[in-house]
Parts: sequence; structure tokens; C-alpha cells
Amino acid sequence: MLTIDAAILDAIVAHARRDHPDEACGIVAGPAGSDRPDRLIPMDNAERSSTFYRFDATQQLRVWREMDDRDEEPVVIYHSHTATPAEPSRTDVALAAEPGAHYLLVSTREPDRTEVRSFRIVDGSVNEEPVRVVNATVDPAAVQSYLFGHNPVTVDYECRA
Amino acid sequence: MTIEVRIPTILRTYTDGAKAVEGDGDTIGEVLADLDVRYPGIRDRLITGEGALHRFVNVYLNDEDVRFLGAVDAKVATGDTVTILPAVAGG
Repeated sequence: MLTIDAAILDAIVAHARRDHPDEACGIVAGPAGSDRPDRLIPMDNAERSSTFYRFDATQQLRVWREMDDRDEEPVVIYHSHTATPAEPSRTDVALAAEPGAHYLLVSTREPDRTEVRSFRIVDGSVNEEPVRVVNATVDPAAVQSYLFGHNPVTVDYECRA
Repeated sequence: MTIEVRIPTILRTYTDGAKAVEGDGDTIGEVLADLDVRYPGIRDRLITGEGALHRFVNVYLNDEDVRFLGAVDAKVATGDTVTILPAVAGG
């Protein structure tokens, strides 16, 4: 299960909406071994594409070094799909290289409804996992719009104005 | 000359878990070939059959992406650090 703070999830969704129709990407870092994503780092999509993403290589080195210095790791790796569901594509699975990370997919294909789902991708095998959103206190109405993702494991998140 | 090479998590299965190892050579290609002597198989994860860097592997010489420095032919010198990171990419 991925447990993530509502404010961070909000910011990820906002990033995906802002970059639409290009794919947005980034990570949420957390203390090594904690499984706690607490530092959001939006990354530049060097491909600037609606069908592909790749972290800018120079930025990636800087961010990875910074995590090393802080004894952090990429707990969440997120990117958006702008015309397809929030499910890993074949390319996503083939290129996934962080077996310890939660791969968070955000679909912005519908303008008024954002789909957020989380997956583990290890050696080409994909397992969806529930997403638990915590501290959703900023806007109580927003809490109503989260379906806590146990069964089905999809979290539907309604974008607010 | 001896160069420190920083290994990403996903390739540490080749280096018995070591985060950093040492390699010898005058170019990036030579250093990676030298690593393969002690850590067999690691070179194939980084270099294609044609001898080029794999598209989705980033190799840095100090702070620079080696693609801007001549890729596998980039010269290395004592005190340099090579960092390998898998690209974070997808569709």
C-alpha cells in the first residue's frame, strides 16, 4: 500500500494538470527505508511529449545526489498519462528501474476527473496496490471525493477549481 | 588510472551490494570494461552490442552527462568520479 499525504497528492495532480497535454513527471523522496514519501520534487520532462517522459539527466543527477546526502530515496516515482488510463504502459514496465519505488500514475485524460493509481513494478511484473490518503484536512469536501483504494484499488480524485 | 564508479541500486546485484567500486582505464569505455572483469555482466547492462551506451542508462563524469563529452570515448583522469543512474522514463 502507498500511504501519501493529501497535500502532496494534490500537488502531484496540480503538476499533471499544469503540464497537460504533455506528460508530467517527478518523485516524492523520503527517508531511506521509511516508505514515507514526504518531499515532493517535480522533474522536467526532457521529452516534452504527450506520449513519453524522461527525467532531465542533469537534473536527475543533482536530485539523486541530494537524496544521497540526506539519506533519502525515491519513495514515489510519478508521471501522468494524458490520453490513456492511469495504468503502466508497456514502456513504463520495460524501463522501470527502481524496484523499491511506488510507481504512481495520474491520468488527466478527462478534464474534470483525475484518476490516480499506484503500482509496484519489479523485473517486468506489475502489481497494483491501494493508495491511502492521509491528512486530508485542508479541504474537508475533498475527503469525500477520495475513494480509499482497497477494493477496487483505484483512487478517484476530483479536481477542484 | 583508478576511477571511483558509483553504482545504482538496481546494478548492485553485480557488485555484491557495493554502492561504489573502482575501475581502471583512460576512457569511460575502458573503465566499464574493467569493471566487467570483476563484476561479470555489468557491462552488458550499460553498453550495447555495438559498443554505444544504452539509451536509457545515464553515465556521468563528475557533474556532466558523458553524452556531451564523447560518451564511451570520454577521457577520465585520477580523481574523477563516474556515476551510473538508470534513466527514469516511460510512456
